[in-house]
Amino acid sequence: MRKNEQKSKRVDGEPGSLDTLPSGVAARVVNVQGSCAIARRLMEMGIVPGAHIRVVRTAPLGDPIQVCLRNYHLALRRAEARAITVLVGI
Amino acid sequence: MPARALTIALAGNPNAGKTSLFNALTGLRQKVANYPGVTIESKIGWWSLSEEIPPARLIDLPGLYSLDATSLDEQIACDALLGRTEAIPSPDVIIVVVDSTNLIRNFYFLTQLLETGQPVVVALTMFDLAEKSKLRIDIDRLSRVLGVRVVPVVAKRRQGIAALAEAVVQVAGKSRMPVRTCRLSPEAETEVSLLSAGHPKDRFRALTELYDEKLPEEPGRREAVKQARERLARVSQRWQQEPLIARYDWIERVVAGAVQREHNGQRNVTDRIDAVITHKILGPVILLLVMLVVFQTIFLWADLPMALIDHGFTALAEAVRDYLPAGVFTDLLTDGIIAGVGGVLAFLPQILLLFLFISILEDSGYMARAAFLMDRLMRAVGLHGKAFVPLLSSFACAVPGIMSTRTIESPKDRVATIMIAPFMSCSARLPVYTLMIAAVFSGRTVLGVVSLGALIILGMYLLGITVAIIIAWILKHTILNAPPPPFVMELPPYRLPDFGNVAHALLTRTTVFLKRAGTVILAISILLWALVAFPRANATGNADDRVIVSDQAANGSDASSRQLQNSFAGRAGRLMEPVIAPLGFDWKIGIGLISSFAARETIISTLSIVYNVGERSDKKSSSLVDAMRSAKRADGSPVWTPLVALSLMIFFLLACQCMSTVAIVRRETNSWRWPLFMVGYMLVLAYVASLLTFQGGRLLGFS
Repeated sequence: MRKNEQKSKRVDGEPGSLDTLPSGVAARVVNVQGSCAIARRLMEMGIVPGAHIRVVRTAPLGDPIQVCLRNYHLALRRAEARAITVLVGI
Repeated sequence: MPARALTIALAGNPNAGKTSLFNALTGLRQKVANYPGVTIESKIGWWSLSEEIPPARLIDLPGLYSLDATSLDEQIACDALLGRTEAIPSPDVIIVVVDSTNLIRNFYFLTQLLETGQPVVVALTMFDLAEKSKLRIDIDRLSRVLGVRVVPVVAKRRQGIAALAEAVVQVAGKSRMPVRTCRLSPEAETEVSLLSAGHPKDRFRALTELYDEKLPEEPGRREAVKQARERLARVSQRWQQEPLIARYDWIERVVAGAVQREHNGQRNVTDRIDAVITHKILGPVILLLVMLVVFQTIFLWADLPMALIDHGFTALAEAVRDYLPAGVFTDLLTDGIIAGVGGVLAFLPQILLLFLFISILEDSGYMARAAFLMDRLMRAVGLHGKAFVPLLSSFACAVPGIMSTRTIESPKDRVATIMIAPFMSCSARLPVYTLMIAAVFSGRTVLGVVSLGALIILGMYLLGITVAIIIAWILKHTILNAPPPPFVMELPPYRLPDFGNVAHALLTRTTVFLKRAGTVILAISILLWALVAFPRANATGNADDRVIVSDQAANGSDASSRQLQNSFAGRAGRLMEPVIAPLGFDWKIGIGLISSFAARETIISTLSIVYNVGERSDKKSSSLVDAMRSAKRADGSPVWTPLVALSLMIFFLLACQCMSTVAIVRRETNSWRWPLFMVGYMLVLAYVASLLTFQGGRLLGFS
C-alpha cells in the first residue's frame, strides 16, 4: 500500500527507475545502466534511450514484471528493471 | 547457376515463424541431426529450389535476438551463421525470418547480419496478419534501403515460397557489400576504421572485437583493441552502448520510411487473454488446471495404445517361439529383443502425448506465461523461470526435459536443472507404482471415496518435487553457486497452434525416440537377457540351488525361474541381499533392481520371470499381482507388505535408474563427471530414503 502511495507521488518530468513505474503509465527510456552483459541484453531487446515503454502488470508473486515496448511484450525481473531509468510522459 | 547443392541457413528471432517456414519449405524431407563435434541438435531439411539445381540443404537454427550470443545454443548458431567454425561450412545464403507484425525488434538481428556482408534474403513472415492489422509495408522501398531481397510469405498457405526460392537462387554465393547500419560518434568511427584498416568488409569484425565483452585471442589484436577501448572509455562512460543505440536509430528510420501505421492488431486479443492468464489469482489456478488436464489426459489416453503395443509384442514373441525351434537364439529373439524393445515402445504413447501438449502449449504462447508465473518460485531455489518447462517435461521423460534445458543461458543453472530433472516422476515410474498399488493397496480408500492408490501416486509426485527443490537449493548454494542470471523473456502474442507444425514436431520426436529404442535400448535388452539367460541351468544343482528350488516349490517350480535363479543376475541378487535387506527387499527384488538400472519399467518383466508367470496365463499383469501376493519369505510372512511396496516406490522415485538419462546427461554436459555424480548421489539418496521408510515404518508399527 505504502509503495503505491510513493508511486503516485511521482512527478512527470522526473526520471525514475522502471521498477517503480506504476502499471499503465506511458514512459520513455532515459538510459540503461547495470553490468555490461545485462545492459546489452536489455538494449538488444529494444530498450534503448528514447524507446516508449509501459509496465503492463506484475506477476502474482510481485516479480517479474511484464512491460510493453515496440509493440511487443517482455518479462523482466525487478532487478533488471531497476537498471532502466525512465521518464514519465511521451 | 550453381550445379552443386546449396546450403541455406534459416535464422531469426524466436517466435518469428521460423519453424512454420522450415516445414513449408521442406515438407516431410527433414531430420533431426547433430552438428559435427558439438552437442547441439538442429533440423536439416531438403528444399527443391528449382528444377535445374539439386535440392538445397536447409538448416533450421535456434532463435537468436542478436549475434552477440549469451547461451550455448546461441553461440553455436552464431558460429554456424558466420562460418566461424571449421566443422560447419559457411552457408551460401542466410534467410533471415522477420515477423512482419514486430518489425523493429526483429530488425535488430537483421542489421547485424547486414553489417557482416553475408548473403542474405529477408522473409517477412505472417504477412497476412500484418495486412489484417492494416499495416502497410512498402516491400520495394524496404528492399532498396536494406540492400537485400525482401520477400513477404505466409508459410501456412505457402504464399511467397516461389518468390523466396527465386531470390535465394539469385543471391546464392554472391558476395555483397556490408551495409553500414550504425553510424557512431567520430571518436568511435576512428577506432573502428583503425581496427578494420579502413576496409568496409572488415568493419563488422572490428565492431565485434571492439564492443565484445571479451578481448580477442590474438596477442597483437588484443593490445590494439584494449587501447582503443581505453580511449573510448575516456570519452564516454557508456561507450559500449553506442552501436546498439545507433542500430535502433537506423532501424527506426528505415521502418518509419517503409511502413505505414506500425500497429499490431493481434495485441488486443493477446492483452485480453493475458489479463486472465497472468492474473494474480486466476493465473496460478489456470496453470495448475492446465497441468492437471495434461497429466490426466496423458494417463487416460495412453492406456489403450499402451495395452495394444504390449499385446502386439507378446503375440509377436509367441508367434516367433512357435515358428522357430527352441534354443538360445529363439530365447534371445523373444525374451531379449522383442520383449525388451516392446516394453520400452509401450511408453511411446505417453511420450507422444506429452510432446503433443508441450508443442501446443509452446506454439500457443502459453509456455512463456508459465515461466513468467513461476519465475519467482523458481528463483527461491536459485533457478530460472525457464527451468520450469524442462522440469515440467521431465514428468513425461527426463530425456527430452534435459535436452530442453539448452534455452537456459547460465551454464551453472543449466547443470543444476539437469541434475534435478530426474526427480520429476517420469512416466516410466508409473507402471512400477501401478504394480505396487495393485499388489498391496488395491481397493483401499481414504474417507470412503478417495482411492489410496491415487493418493500414494500423488504423494510420489509431490515427494519428487520436494526433493528436487531441496537438492537444487543445495547445489545452487555450493558447487553451482553463481549470481542469478538476467531474466529477460519475450511474451509472444497468443496464436492458434498450427496443426502441421505440431504434427511435424511429433513426427520428429517419434523418430528420435524410435532410433534410441532401436539402438541403446536394444543393446541393453540383449545384455540384460544374457545376464538372465547365462550360465544355462543344468539338471543337477548345487546346494544353493536346492534351497531355491524348494522355496520355489510353493509357486510351482519351472525351468525358466530356475534358470533365472542360477543366472548371473540371480547370483548378483543373492549376493546383494544383505545390502538391500534393511530396505525390506529380498534377493528376488534384488534381481529386479539390477535389471531396472537400465530402465525402471524392466523390473516388471523381470519380476514376471522371477515369479514365473506370463507364459501360461493370458492376463499377464493380474497373474503377476497374484504371484506377488502369494510370495512368502523363508519365515512364511508375505514378501510384499505395504511397507515394502512403499520402500520400493520411494527407491524408484529417487534413484537414477535410466541408461537413456545417463547417456543424455553425458552428451549435454560433455563430460562423464556430471552423469556419474548424478547416478551416485541419487543412489545414496534413494538408499537412505528407502531405509528410513522401511525401518522408520517398522518402528512405528507398520508392516
